[in-house]
Amino acid sequence: MSNRVRLDARRLLCPLPVIKMQNMASDLRPGQEIEAVCTDPGVLHDIPAWCRINGHEVLESKSDRNEYILIIRIGG
Amino acid sequence: MNQQRKAVALISGGLDSLLSARVVMEQGVHVEGINFFTGFCVEGHTHAIRKRERARPKRNNALWTAEQLGIKLHIIDIIEEYKDVLLHPRYGYGAHLNPCLDCKIFMVKKAAEWIEKNEFDFIVTGEVVGQRPMSQRKDTMPVVAQESGAEDLLLRPLCARNLPMTKPEREGWIDRSKLHDFSGRTRKPQIELAEKFGITDFAQPAGGCCFLTDEQYSSKLSDLWKYRGERRYDFDDIMLLKVGRHIRPASNYKLIIAREEGEVNFLQGYKKEYLSIKTISHMGPLALIDGKPSEEQVLEAAAIVARFSKGKMEDRVEVEITRQGGEVQHLLIKPLKPQEMKPEWML
Repeated sequence: MSNRVRLDARRLLCPLPVIKMQNMASDLRPGQEIEAVCTDPGVLHDIPAWCRINGHEVLESKSDRNEYILIIRIGG
Repeated sequence: MNQQRKAVALISGGLDSLLSARVVMEQGVHVEGINFFTGFCVEGHTHAIRKRERARPKRNNALWTAEQLGIKLHIIDIIEEYKDVLLHPRYGYGAHLNPCLDCKIFMVKKAAEWIEKNEFDFIVTGEVVGQRPMSQRKDTMPVVAQESGAEDLLLRPLCARNLPMTKPEREGWIDRSKLHDFSGRTRKPQIELAEKFGITDFAQPAGGCCFLTDEQYSSKLSDLWKYRGERRYDFDDIMLLKVGRHIRPASNYKLIIAREEGEVNFLQGYKKEYLSIKTISHMGPLALIDGKPSEEQVLEAAAIVARFSKGKMEDRVEVEITRQGGEVQHLLIKPLKPQEMKPEWML
């Protein structure tokens, strides 16, 4: 499996992007990464919060027009 | 050495669930949170859709609560399974379309399945005897424990001393004397306990977290079922009921008119599936048409949309009508007069 997987969470409103990320993360190994593309600005708060409580790391968080892209690394 | 016991706490994001988890954690129990997403949750979606809500702190209160507690949170999507709870509630509805007792039974049942699968010992909820008219009464709280299958593995730390002993108390996993005996609708004991724990920032007390307890939302959902001819819904239906003004001039169609920019952006995402109308000559909202209106009714809908534009006092307003297939039509239309807008159209 590639070290980075992509999650298309466009048009989904929170908490659905977090749920999708949580479900995807459960199949990944520590060190692997998820690149999530979202349209709900709420993810800029919710995904980092979810990462903090679950021991994952936000590597990058950026917005591009109406899209929000977050890259996270799965914790151990 | 005593084995550390593990509990899963139902976390709604309100104060009671926060306190109940904290009370159990104080006794050395390992706690993780579980939060169920039914699709009817008020926070999150509404805040995300409506731009003016963005001035408020934007946070998911369940995640925030978990972070305050320093525990993991498992958010479970129960949108599909929840349909049966809402459409066929064994214990009926509350004041609106809120099947609170069936909902609580369902969530505790899911939690019971979760603890079995994940080898946890018991379940914690923030329920308080007498706090809610349907699901948190002295006579209905045992029903939740029994019908969910959780039985005596369901601990309500905030009112446990008003209830029969549970297994965690009997087995000594939890000291009953350190649990609480809250009852009734007063919030004072919870506020005092929060102060004792040094918790000063918390979401407003639970109750307003579900759209099904909202009269207007329930009315729109009833309307959807009535004119669809059957009681069913999909996720987009319940999302669209949260957005805009809903106006039904006839049984075969209704308008969903955005109230502000955030709602316009949200409704844009549905333009391929619905006929849409917006004003061109004057500032105005985007509207979706749900149903199958006649051509005459499309013109009526356009006049209604023009009524909500800056050109509402003009003789003519230019509107753009976009069909589901992408075909675009521009028309000059006379906005509906205030007296022509019938109050019974408003949902």
